[in-house]
Amino acid sequence: MRILVCVKRVPAPGARINITADGQEVDTAHLAFTTSPHEECAVEAAAQLIEQHGGEATVLTLGPGEAEEQLRYAASVGMHKGVLLPTTDGEWDPQRTAAAITAAIRELEAADGAFDLILFGNESADSGGFQVGIRVAYALGRPMVNGAKGLTVDGGTAHVQREADAGRETYELPMPAVIGIKEGINLPRYPTMKGRLASKKAEVATLAPAADPGGLAKVVLARPAEKKSETIILGHGPEAAPAVVDVLEEIGVL
Amino acid sequence: MTTVLVLVEHDRGALAPATLEGLTAARSIGDRVEAITIGADADALAADLAPYGVATVHQVHDGLLVDYGPEAWGDVLAQAVRVLQPALVVATGTDRGNEVLAQAAARLDLPFSANCTEVRGDPTADTIEMTRVRWGGSLLEEATLTAPTKLVTIAHHAVDASPSDAPGAAAVAELAVSLDASLARSVVKGRVEREAGVTLSTAPVVVGGGRGVGSPDGFAPLQELASELGGVVGCSRAVTNNGWRNHADQVGQTGTRIAPDVYFACGISGAIQHWVGAMASKNIIAINTDKDANMVSRAGYAVIGDLHQIVPAITAEIRKRKGA
Ligand SMILES: Cc1cc2nc3c(=O)[nH]c(=O)nc-3n(C[C@H](O)[C@H](O)[C@H](O)COP(=O)(O)OP(=O)(O)OC[C@H]3O[C@@H](n4cnc5c(N)ncnc54)[C@H](O)[C@@H]3O)c2cc1C
Ligand SMILES: Nc1ncnc2c1ncn2[C@@H]1O[C@H](COP(=O)(O)O)[C@@H](O)[C@H]1O
Repeated sequence: MRILVCVKRVPAPGARINITADGQEVDTAHLAFTTSPHEECAVEAAAQLIEQHGGEATVLTLGPGEAEEQLRYAASVGMHKGVLLPTTDGEWDPQRTAAAITAAIRELEAADGAFDLILFGNESADSGGFQVGIRVAYALGRPMVNGAKGLTVDGGTAHVQREADAGRETYELPMPAVIGIKEGINLPRYPTMKGRLASKKAEVATLAPAADPGGLAKVVLARPAEKKSETIILGHGPEAAPAVVDVLEEIGVL
Repeated sequence: MTTVLVLVEHDRGALAPATLEGLTAARSIGDRVEAITIGADADALAADLAPYGVATVHQVHDGLLVDYGPEAWGDVLAQAVRVLQPALVVATGTDRGNEVLAQAAARLDLPFSANCTEVRGDPTADTIEMTRVRWGGSLLEEATLTAPTKLVTIAHHAVDASPSDAPGAAAVAELAVSLDASLARSVVKGRVEREAGVTLSTAPVVVGGGRGVGSPDGFAPLQELASELGGVVGCSRAVTNNGWRNHADQVGQTGTRIAPDVYFACGISGAIQHWVGAMASKNIIAINTDKDANMVSRAGYAVIGDLHQIVPAITAEIRKRKGA
């Protein structure tokens, strides 16, 4: 079985998100980088499927050269190969991203055969466009379900489970298929020492991305207004319990 | 005349209340609001939509449209856009709303702007402006959308649903579509109904635990406090990542949004991705050893100290007063 997972490099902000002076980007001067939790779970899902069924998993990202860090991390937790689509002009809009990823997939499949499964995150952590995976799936003519909280494969069918308001739904997609994964589907493993060493040597191919900008354009970023309230310190330690319960009575939950 | 077409989200004929938010937003952007219902089960919804100012409900019928399917629904919406040529298409930014609009956008080769809090400008112009949500609400983006038909979702809970001041009767029209049988490949095949009961997103009280709880067993006193108040336990991603609690309990950007009367945040530092899931809480009581923790400065109330001592003391005090 051949699986491709698409991940995006994003900053990992702590208490608040700071913006650069020109309002164009998140200020990453003091930040580490990661991939969205949904995509970490997509990587884990791919690793588990390969363990069960054999085969090979590839991880792909479109982003700055530094995004190789996210590919290597994925390699340390079970992905075999990486593919980097390097960009130098900031974040690409969703249509452009999807077109470039689609072209890269066609090139990879022409060389080594079709991917049985292409996994995405439900949405990217930073821009949250809710569309790149769906666009890629449509361009490739493959079935796509987003928000997967369960995924198993038997024969040529991918069994997907997803949470809806009314309950847990099941889908049966004929493969090759595309699936958007949601956090909670599994618990991503941490890299082992052996994994870390292997990731240093993992093959990372570079493909030049080319696609035209789409119709959604970022103008400027802003932080939502946060109403700052003074914190009332009810006390220190267990002696504060009566003061807490006074508050509960005041609010009316007791 | 600026026509806005609103996607009606429903489940086997049951209207998703979130749709009313999209309808309310649509009224403020265009001067004629039309709606599309997908599948015969949804025909009866026309009566529920009229009070929200819908002028025409386009009903779509096909044997393939008995249950939800992202590709089938997206294809229907794309065909509707080709026929009706609205200036703007609106859905509410739920899982299905975003999914169907993205599917339609892919088919129409049009841009799509997800989770807008505000849409500005004349939808018939080449370009409109909007504010949209990033980082699950921690950040906002001013953006422009340039397209012959603009596809947007309105972020869930960004708009309060309200009926129209001057509603008319909604006209009903049948919209013919032609669906390829292959679209059945991603239609829901089965479903296990959810059990009724208090859930994290609806609970009046949530007792949340973070890394400071220290272990899976450490949650027992939090569970006791929650039960005493008719609430449920929540947690941070540090807790889920450690395997201490199930992801279903996680509050935050990639977890559940909560809006209880009281949220106890015990041993949670208050990272922005946790905060966006908790900020709709009406009252927050932070319990933390660190008086400078972000959760403490963001909360209305705080107790400084070890949660392992404080949480049982609160439960004991509640029991004492209940007994009295
Ligand atoms: C894209 C993205 C999405 C994310 N989504 C989510 C999400 O949905 N939900 C989420 O929660 N996180 C999310 N995170 C992770 C988030 O950034 C934080 O890492 C996480 O919330 C930290 O959890 P925590 O507060 O429990 O742990 P920590 O940050 O380690 O904080 C532990 C706190 O416990 C206090 N403490 C320790 N011992 C005690 C004690 N005995 N008594 C009282 N207090 C004590 C400490 O002072 C500290 O404040 C996301 C991150 C990213 C990058
Ligand atoms: N630059 C990128 N490189 C690789 N994958 C991406 C990129 N942007 C988005 N994706 C994938 O597409 C999913 C949906 O992204 P979005 O449409 O931005 O919400 C993400 O969870 C990723 O799996």
